[in-house]
Amino acid sequence: MKTLADLKNKQECIVKEILADGILGQRLMDLGLCPDTKILFVRRSPFNDPIHIKIGDYHVALRQSEASSIMVETNG
Amino acid sequence: MANEISIALAGQPNCGKSTIFNLLTGAKQHVANYPGVTIEKKYGYFKCFGSSMTLIDLPGTYSLASYSPEEITTRTFLLEEKPELILGVLDASSVEKGLYFLLQLMEMEQKVVVALNMVDVAKSRQIYVDEKILSKELGVSVVSLSAAQGKGKDELLKAIEAEKTQFSKTQSLKAQYSVYYGDLEPFIERVMKICEGYDLAFPLRWTAIKLLEKDSHVESLVKKSLQNSDVLVQVEDIRNEFYEKFKQDPCKFIGFCRHEKAREIARKACRRPMTEVHSLTEKLDAVLCHKIFGPFCLALILYLFYYLSVTVGNILAAKGWILWTEVENFARAVLPQENFLYDELLTSLGNWIVKSVTSVLNYLPIFLIMFALVAILEDSGYLARIAFILDRIFHAYGLHGQSTLPLILGGVYVGGCAIPGVMATKGIPDERSRFVTILIVPMMNCLAKVPLYLLLIAVFFPDTAGSTMFFIGTVTLFMGMITAKILSMTVLKHKCTAPFIIELPNYHIPTVKSVLLQTFQRIWLFFKKISTIIVAVSVIVFVLISYPGLSDDRKAYYDGQAQAVIGRFMADVEKTALSGKFTEQDIMPLIAYQDELRAKKKGVSQEDAKLINAQALKDEPVLASIVLRQGKDGRILAKSLRILDSSRKNLRREMRQETFEKSLIGRAGKALESVTKWAGFDWKINVALLSALAAKENSAATLGAIYGIESGTVADGLKAQENGITPLHALALMLFMTLYPPCIPAAMMIKLQTGSAKWMIFSMIYQMTAGLLVASFVFTGANLLGLSATEAMWTYYGLCLITAVLLYFVKLKEA
Repeated sequence: MKTLADLKNKQECIVKEILADGILGQRLMDLGLCPDTKILFVRRSPFNDPIHIKIGDYHVALRQSEASSIMVETNG
Repeated sequence: MANEISIALAGQPNCGKSTIFNLLTGAKQHVANYPGVTIEKKYGYFKCFGSSMTLIDLPGTYSLASYSPEEITTRTFLLEEKPELILGVLDASSVEKGLYFLLQLMEMEQKVVVALNMVDVAKSRQIYVDEKILSKELGVSVVSLSAAQGKGKDELLKAIEAEKTQFSKTQSLKAQYSVYYGDLEPFIERVMKICEGYDLAFPLRWTAIKLLEKDSHVESLVKKSLQNSDVLVQVEDIRNEFYEKFKQDPCKFIGFCRHEKAREIARKACRRPMTEVHSLTEKLDAVLCHKIFGPFCLALILYLFYYLSVTVGNILAAKGWILWTEVENFARAVLPQENFLYDELLTSLGNWIVKSVTSVLNYLPIFLIMFALVAILEDSGYLARIAFILDRIFHAYGLHGQSTLPLILGGVYVGGCAIPGVMATKGIPDERSRFVTILIVPMMNCLAKVPLYLLLIAVFFPDTAGSTMFFIGTVTLFMGMITAKILSMTVLKHKCTAPFIIELPNYHIPTVKSVLLQTFQRIWLFFKKISTIIVAVSVIVFVLISYPGLSDDRKAYYDGQAQAVIGRFMADVEKTALSGKFTEQDIMPLIAYQDELRAKKKGVSQEDAKLINAQALKDEPVLASIVLRQGKDGRILAKSLRILDSSRKNLRREMRQETFEKSLIGRAGKALESVTKWAGFDWKINVALLSALAAKENSAATLGAIYGIESGTVADGLKAQENGITPLHALALMLFMTLYPPCIPAAMMIKLQTGSAKWMIFSMIYQMTAGLLVASFVFTGANLLGLSATEAMWTYYGLCLITAVLLYFVKLKEA
């Protein structure tokens, strides 16, 4: 399965599982990243890391290392 | 006040909480677009239909778990201070996310009125929220408003008034609303049963849910109030049972349920466009965060920032200096006049303090521009993008994307100030990165270091001034990065790190009002914090450089010298018609009068000067005739006065130097010589460096006082052969200055931001040590290898560059 960190610009995905717990798990939860949430991978930072994603109506940046704990499914 | 009703304002970052605070209280309070700006609890007062209300602004948090100090602060406040009402703020354009927070708030069995804010922004994105549906779903009143436009205040006051009747009733409100947790419900019941028998100070159901979430804060609260850790063991069993049965972590399950509920309510209450509306923000981001244009725009914006604050700021500062000179002159006029040799303590101390204050006030225009630009960057939303673009590089060195602003303020390249730099680290959520940033900001090139660089470059590197300045400007950044990495691998190894998750808020054009408000608040805060410190520190330094003072026989020697000088002048007086009329007591008034007349004529046209002279001769015929060389007597005495004046100045300088050498600081400088000789510093330089502890601009001034011997300039004094200072000495001195410990006001700011004097002292000691090591390494190393100053400079530059690049690849452990 893919993680959020593996996606390309402008790719959409559905969250399957979050592997992080502790503070990271909590923060990702706060963002609304629970199973079945739709995410748009907007772009990578000019230096490749962090990444910019869109969840619902808001835009968030997170590091690749954090994004790799989010398992996702793409339709492509 | 007993009859005051307290209302807490709670909401997620960027929901416009601060604008509502300002709308209600009219208080001057910080409003920004960057997550986590409001960390302090702020109070404001307002009237609601005749009743006095206290509004408490809670920190903006995304959740009410217990992972950040902000969350714990909010929760502790709600549980312990029990406000009568909570104003829960929702951003109308992202209701679902806000509801997730609001549901947690309501779970704490708090009385809530919902303020649905920024409906205008939502409308522009074609998002409409039905407040009636929202109100029905949540079972609380909901008020729509656009606080930034000042709309909705009356409706909000009415809603508060409507709730007021119930304030006086029973304190223990049952939950108005609770999320239904499905499969977990029976387990919650069981935990509630366990806790029921005990007299808990907080809501039972909430406690049960939090225990199932394994919330460390509540666990410790329960442990403390029950004094029976068995409860926690029982809860753990229940958690495990749930896990076995449903293969789900209760903590995550609870979060999912909350989100599910939030989504359900949002779906019912919000109407949104079927097709995606591409907002202006997304279009702007496509350029500003673009792979190639992004960094380019960033460089351009940072350059503009630098140009406006430093270059333009300096031009304004030079203009402002005229005003500060006036202040100094005024102080000199008010304080008792100087004596021939020994001034009264009040005079010398008073002038000293005024000078110390004006030397900082001098930076006022630069601070004004800097703070205004920071406010613009914050409010526009671009600051979060800077963090987004640069985090990769900074993170590799243990810093954070949000370290950019503090470092710029501190003076990456040249010209900044560590005080606002350290102040600006407040928003960095990652504790380790925040500490690293605080510790390296003082290593940047603050404005006060610049005079010494300029002085030394002008004297020792006149032909390569540009490249030497480039060396100083960039080598500090490399050294800063190296230090950052070393600090995060060693002393700060165990500090908590936090995930980098930052919201990229929508861009918007900052309002003039908001920018001005923030600028003046920050300037005010800055001066409030440092003004008293500057005065206190200047007094301490004054004592250190003036005591124990001259011995009696040295004093007798200077007195004799002074008498001889005065005697010569009086002998000339005897030769003129003033003989008998002009006594020794008239000498000081004469000197003062001369200075005064000179000051008056400064910068005026020749005609005006003539008028001033004519008037002077009328008002003070005796003194003016001497100063203006009128008649034969005037000419004789004017010449004599010139000799008297310069002899007096020389005597005073000699005396000051001797006092300095014998003073506590002078002795310290001598004592340190054995250590600093490896860096090429003699006691005079040590003294100059020690005096810079109070404020770095002192270093150039003190060198001036020590080396500005006789009538020559400081530059000539430094160059003079007998001093034995070579360009290599100058290089070592400049490198030491780059790593120089923060000045006392900056150190106080470090204490404030780290919350401990320990870190303040650490920051001073480690920088002093590092500075000395680097200076000794370069000085002694270059001497051993027989390198010239320029060769040593670029060799060192290369070493720093290579070390910095190598350290980039060393992995840091997350704590």
